[in-house]
Amino acid sequence: MLSRLVLRAAPAALRALPPPVAVGVLHTTRPLHTTQQSLAPVPPLPEKGGEVRHGLIPEEFFQFLYPKTGVTGPYMLGTGLLLYLLSKEIYVVNHETAAAACILTVIVYAIKKFGPQVAAFADKLNEEKMASALAMKNDTIQTLQTAIEEEKKEQWRAEGHSYLFDAKRNNIAMLLEANYRERLLTVYSEVKKRLDYQVALQNLKRQKEQDHMIQWVEKNVVQSITPQQQKESIAKCILDLKALSKSAHATV
Amino acid sequence: LPAAVLLKDTKLMDVKLGQLGSWLAMRDFTPGGILGAIRRGHERYYNKYINVRKGGLGGLSMVLAGYIILSYMWSYSHIKHDRRRKYH
Repeated sequence: MLSRLVLRAAPAALRALPPPVAVGVLHTTRPLHTTQQSLAPVPPLPEKGGEVRHGLIPEEFFQFLYPKTGVTGPYMLGTGLLLYLLSKEIYVVNHETAAAACILTVIVYAIKKFGPQVAAFADKLNEEKMASALAMKNDTIQTLQTAIEEEKKEQWRAEGHSYLFDAKRNNIAMLLEANYRERLLTVYSEVKKRLDYQVALQNLKRQKEQDHMIQWVEKNVVQSITPQQQKESIAKCILDLKALSKSAHATV
Repeated sequence: LPAAVLLKDTKLMDVKLGQLGSWLAMRDFTPGGILGAIRRGHERYYNKYINVRKGGLGGLSMVLAGYIILSYMWSYSHIKHDRRRKYH
C-alpha cells in the first residue's frame, strides 16, 4: 500500500532527479544504516576460546617463553618453581594436600571419561537454539518476500484498473443511449396514438354523417312513394314482365 | 619517525622496566577508574575464554585455580603452623 502511495506521490519529475538526491528526498524521515558504526549485524561468536594447556595455563605463556627457552622452558620453570615451593615449605604438605590429591584425581578421571559426551550434549543444545533462531529469521525473510511479490502483483492489478474503468464507461454510455432511444420511441408512439385518435374521430364523424344522410334520404324517398304511385309502378312492372316473357318465348 | 605514544597510553607489556614506576603512578586509581579496570579485565577474560561457540574446560578451571591460589595465600599464616621443619 505504501509503495502505491509512493508511486502516486512521486511523479516522473522526482524520478528525473539523480539517484542519490531522489533517495534522499524520498527517505528523509527514516534514518538508514549508512554510518560505519551500526549495531547490526552483530559479528558472530568466535568458534573456539583461547588455547589453554593442561586446563590451567594459557598458551600465550608458552609462546612468550618459546623464543628464549624453546619448548621445554615452561616445564622446567614449572618444575623448578614446584621444587622451590616444596623445599622452602611455602607450600605445606598436610592433610589438605591428601584431600586435594584424591579430589583432583577423581575430577580429572571424570573429565577425561565424560568430557566429550557433555561437550556433544551442550553443542546439540546450542545447535537447536541456533536452528530455531535461523528458522525464525528465514521464515520472516520468506514472509517479507511473499509480501513483496504480493505488492508487485497489486501494483500490476492497479494498472489494469484503467481498462476496467474504460469498460464501465462504455457500459454506462450504452445504457444512456439505450434509455434515450427508448424514450424517443415512447414519445413517437404516444404522439402517433394521439394523431390516430384524431384521425379515427374524423373518420367516424364522416361515416356517421354519411349513414345518417343515406338513411334520411331513403326514409324520405319511401315516404314520398304514395300508394297511387305504388299501384301504377306495380302495373307497369307487370306489363313489362309480360312483354319480356313474350319476347323471351319468341327467342326460345 | 612515528609519533611517540604517550606513556599514559602504552600497554603494560610495552612499558620499559625503568618507566614502570611512573607508569603505575599515572594510572587512574579513583573508584570509577578501578571499577572500569575490573570491568575491562572481566570483559577481556569473558570474551576470550567463555563467550565462544565451543568453550572448553580452561575458561572455568583457570578461575577456580586462581581462587585456590588466592585462598591459600590468605590462609598461609594459619597453614604455616603445619610445617614439618622449622628451618629451611
